Order: sequence, then C-alpha cells, then structure tokens
Amino acid sequence: MSALLGGSPTALDAVALEGSPGMQRADRAFRWFTAAAGLTVLVILAAIAVSMTQKAWPAFRHEGLDYLVSADWNPNQNRFGALAMIYGTVVVSAIAIVVAVPISLGIALFVTQVVHRRVRTWITTVLDVLAAVPSVVFGLWGFLVLRPWIAEVYNSIADAVSGVPVLRNVFGHSSGMSFMTAGLIVALMIIPIITSIMREVFATVPANDRDGALALGATRWEMIRGVVFPHSTGGMVGAVMLGLGRAMGETIAVALVIGASPQIVANLFAQGEAMPSIIARNLNESAGLQTAALIGLGVVLFALTILVNIAAKRLVRRIDARTLGTR
Amino acid sequence: MATPTIEEAGLTGTLSKGRKVRNRVATGLMGTALLVAAVPLVIVLVLLVNKGFHLVTSANWWTKSIPSNVAAADLADKAEYFGIEPSTSSAIQVTTGMWPAIYGTLLITGLAAAFSIPLGILAAVYLHEYGSKRPLARVIRFFTDVMVGVPSVVMGIFLYTIWVVPLGRGGRSALAGSLALACLMLPVVVRSTEEMLRLVPDALRQASSALGAPQWRTIVKIVLPAALPGITSGCMLAIARAAGETAPILFAIGSVTAVNWSIFGQNTALSSQIYSNATQPGGTEIAWGAALTLILIVMVLTVVARLVTKRFSVHFAR
Repeated sequence: MSALLGGSPTALDAVALEGSPGMQRADRAFRWFTAAAGLTVLVILAAIAVSMTQKAWPAFRHEGLDYLVSADWNPNQNRFGALAMIYGTVVVSAIAIVVAVPISLGIALFVTQVVHRRVRTWITTVLDVLAAVPSVVFGLWGFLVLRPWIAEVYNSIADAVSGVPVLRNVFGHSSGMSFMTAGLIVALMIIPIITSIMREVFATVPANDRDGALALGATRWEMIRGVVFPHSTGGMVGAVMLGLGRAMGETIAVALVIGASPQIVANLFAQGEAMPSIIARNLNESAGLQTAALIGLGVVLFALTILVNIAAKRLVRRIDARTLGTR
Repeated sequence: MATPTIEEAGLTGTLSKGRKVRNRVATGLMGTALLVAAVPLVIVLVLLVNKGFHLVTSANWWTKSIPSNVAAADLADKAEYFGIEPSTSSAIQVTTGMWPAIYGTLLITGLAAAFSIPLGILAAVYLHEYGSKRPLARVIRFFTDVMVGVPSVVMGIFLYTIWVVPLGRGGRSALAGSLALACLMLPVVVRSTEEMLRLVPDALRQASSALGAPQWRTIVKIVLPAALPGITSGCMLAIARAAGETAPILFAIGSVTAVNWSIFGQNTALSSQIYSNATQPGGTEIAWGAALTLILIVMVLTVVARLVTKRFSVHFAR
C-alpha cells in the first residue's frame, strides 16, 4: 500500500500493482488461514464418521448383519438387532412427510400466489415462530396435552374400522403414545422447513410466464398447474427430501411421545421406538456392548441422512436439467 | 403479482362452472393448510403462557436453584390427600427456581457461538473470496451442505464418543455441550455468511483494490463490514436454533440443581430441564415454566435477527 501511495500516480508499475513481498506474504497467510477454517468442516465430518464407527464397532462385530436385519433388541441378553428402530424411524418419517408435504405445499402456494404482500409478511412471521419453537417444547406439549386427547381420537377411529379387514390392523387401539403421535408432531416441525424452501422455489417462477397464463384466461389454479408446478418440480422434490432428512433425525419430541417399545407392528397407533429416540433415552445409562449398539444406531442414522441429502441434491439437479434445461 | 387473475379482473362470468369451482376449491385448500399449521402453534403458545406465566414472572424463578425435591413433594401430596388432586402447597416446601438452567443455556450457547462463529465466518470468506469455483471450495461447500443435514443427536453422540467416553463422568461439562452445539452451528454459519458475502457488490472490492489495498485488507476492512448486518442476523438465527436444542447436549453436560459458574464440571440447561421434568412426577409445572423461558429467549434472538435483516435489505436494495 505504501508503495502505491508514496509514488506519483503515474508511476504505477508492475511491482506496485502486485504489492511488496511483505504484503503478498500477509495475503497468502490470510488465505491459508481462511482455507484452514474451511477445512475444519471436512475434519469434523470425518472425525464424526471415524470416532462413531470405532466406538460402535464392538456391536457391529458382535451382531454382524443381524444388527440391521434382526428385530431382537434385548440389552439384558446382549442381543442388539436394530430393525425395529429402523422400522420406527421409517414409519415416523413417512407419516410426517405424508402429512407435512400437502400442508407445506398449500401454505407456500397461498403465500406466493394468492395473498397480498402485506399478508405475506404476517404469514411468514407465523412460520418463523413455528420454526423457532424448540423440539423439546413440542415434545412436552405432545406428552402432556396431545397424548391423552389424541388417544380418544385413535380409539374411536379403531372402533369405527374394527370390522374392516386391512384398516383394522393399521388403526388399532392406543394409549396415545404411538408412531402416529410422533409422526404428527414431527410433521408440525418440518412444515416450516419445507414451506420456506418451496416458497423460495415458487418465487423464482418468471413473472412473464405467470402473467402470460393469466392473460390467456387461465384461472389462478390453472396457472399454478400449468406454469408454477412444471417450473418448480426439482425444487419441490428437494424441499421434500430435506424435510425427510430432518424428520429422520428428529429426536427429543419423538422420544417423549413414541412410547419406548421396539416392535414391528402394522398398527400405527401402537407404541414403537425410533433410532434417535432410543439413543436419547438410553445412552447416558448404558454400558459396554449396549453403548456400542446405541452409538451404532447413530452411525446408521448419520449414514441415512447423508444419503438422503446427497440423493436430494442429485435428484434436484437431474430434474432441473430435464425440466428447465439448466445444468 | 402485476397481472390480475381472472377473478380479480371481475371476468369470472366467462368461466365454466367446473373451472370456477376447481379454482375456488384449490384456493380454499391452500388457506386451510395455513390454518392447520397455525392452530397447533397457537394452542402450544397459549398453553405455555397459561401454564408458565406465574413462574416466569416470579423473582425466585430467575434467581433460585432448581428444586430437587419435586418428586418427593409430589409423593407426599399424593400420600396425604390420596385420590384428591395434588396441590403444590404441601408439607415439603418447594421453591421453584430455574436460574442454574437459564445461566447454563446462556453459557453453553454463548460458548458455542464463540467457537463456531469466527470459524464459520473465516470458512465462508475462503469459500466466497478465495476459493469460489476451485475444487477444494466445491468440496467444502458440498460437505457443509451435507453437515447442515446431519441430525443434532449425531453431534451429541460424537461429543460423547470423543469427550465423555475418554474422560469419564468428569468430562461432562458446559464446555463439552458447547462443542456439540458448535458442530451444529458451524455449517449454518458458513452457509448464511457465504450468502451474505455474495450480496456485497463487486464494485466495493474493486474500488478497494484500485486504491492499492491487498486482498486481505479489502476483506477485513471493506467486505466484512459491508456484510456485517446480514452476517449478524444469520448468526443470531443459528444461535437461536442452538439455544433450543436438547439432543446434542443431552449426553455432554450432565445435570446439576445449583448454579455452576465454571465451564468445567457438570451443568444444566433449560432444554434438558424440560426434557427431564416432563416425565418426572410433579415436574410438569417446572417443565412448562422452563419451556416458556426457553421460548422467550429463542424468540428474542429470532426477532432481533429479523430486525437486523430488515435494515440490511434496505442497505443493498438494487
């Protein structure tokens, strides 16, 4: 800097433009400094994978493939088959997605396509508040208030379908602690996430396309179907996948309402257990092989969520390439 | 929406009945979706205020230790008036305070912010100012996105395996909890900061370089200050999210009922108090109070972040 300021304005030679050696060294040092900060992300991720796998290894070796395909989880007899927990996580996230996606889609469309800008700010605020409610608070509400109330709803549904062959098995009697309760609460928690991504996606639909459809006499719904949806397919899929990733990892609320019984049953109103919830409940009090088995569940969860996230990115890129012609 | 829809233009008379009905049904369903999401939220918030207000507005709540005898008091209540609704005024005196957990939440979240925010901002500077499209920057950006999606409980298990297992029970501390939260916050800070750096006009960087400033001075003196409001708001949202987290700190901080000022030794937090009291006999009242307190803290952080964002967007509008 001094080289430049010291000389006359016309004396801008190559040396001055590149700066003094000291200046270059400072710049290079700062660059390495920031690069090192960036690398910590990679280091932490690698450390998570390595340390968890290492601590879980005794359980993996003890069980072999049974860890993933057996549903026999019995710490007293050193049996650790995680299938029931994997089943629980899949069922809870499936319920959450099935419930949350239509609602999020509706809200996102309502906000971006229907209401006035001033109303939009209000709705966005409501969604921000919903997103800011901690998991444990929803869990507390689910455990103390929703559970006793919804048990009656479940039981009346169960009574209503008690004569119908398949439904009879899916909607049985309940204590309120169930896959369904957990799924509904998780749905509530992923709605703001899915909605906010879908909102951003819908906001990128070119105004010209929308105006064109409306000018041709399309109703609002026809415009949404003909212009907004085709333009947003990739982004919508991405939003659902991110919601799914979040639903699978949801821990505390699920731990409070799912009921702590590892079992594989068709009854969605029955008590169950999911991977994150059994870890939350038992890791502190566990020892030996049980600790390893619980950490192993963390490894499975880690791997699953990473796969879902990577698949989401690829899928979005593929769909966008096909529907939008972008790369 | 510049162009009016056909109903806004008052031309619905030209529509066939089927199209009109379908449009109205679709719009109605969208509005219903909003109601379906908003109703539980309102119920939860009203319940929180209803059940926690008297605790949160008492001085004891913010200054006294967490009662360790609620279960005993509850039992005494039930033994004394068996079959009658238990009251809080019983033979065993319970002073409901929450100060240790409030302090714990502030300490743990503050430490986590101190670890993750400088690191995250530096990483974002690398990604946007130096790396941009280089392979290393692409890899880091990709894995930062992956890390955003890692469940918070995994961060808790991670800290448990590298900290609590080697150090034993003594390893449980505010420090360990804050490290887990920092792992959770780091990728969020990196991504939001990078977005904000992207909003800084290139003309500012070029002007600084033209005056002869080396790149690092341009970044430190020009780019970061210009992006500061946006970065602040992103960081506050990350802090707000971390403050409400339970799963990462569940295995790392242990539990105490008296305030522990130190970053070492077992500690407690509002979120873990809610979790443990939710299922404890007689603890539900405390859990509601702690939940209201936690929501208040999280909301204040979120609102402040939103206000800062609002000012920022005026700054660089167009």
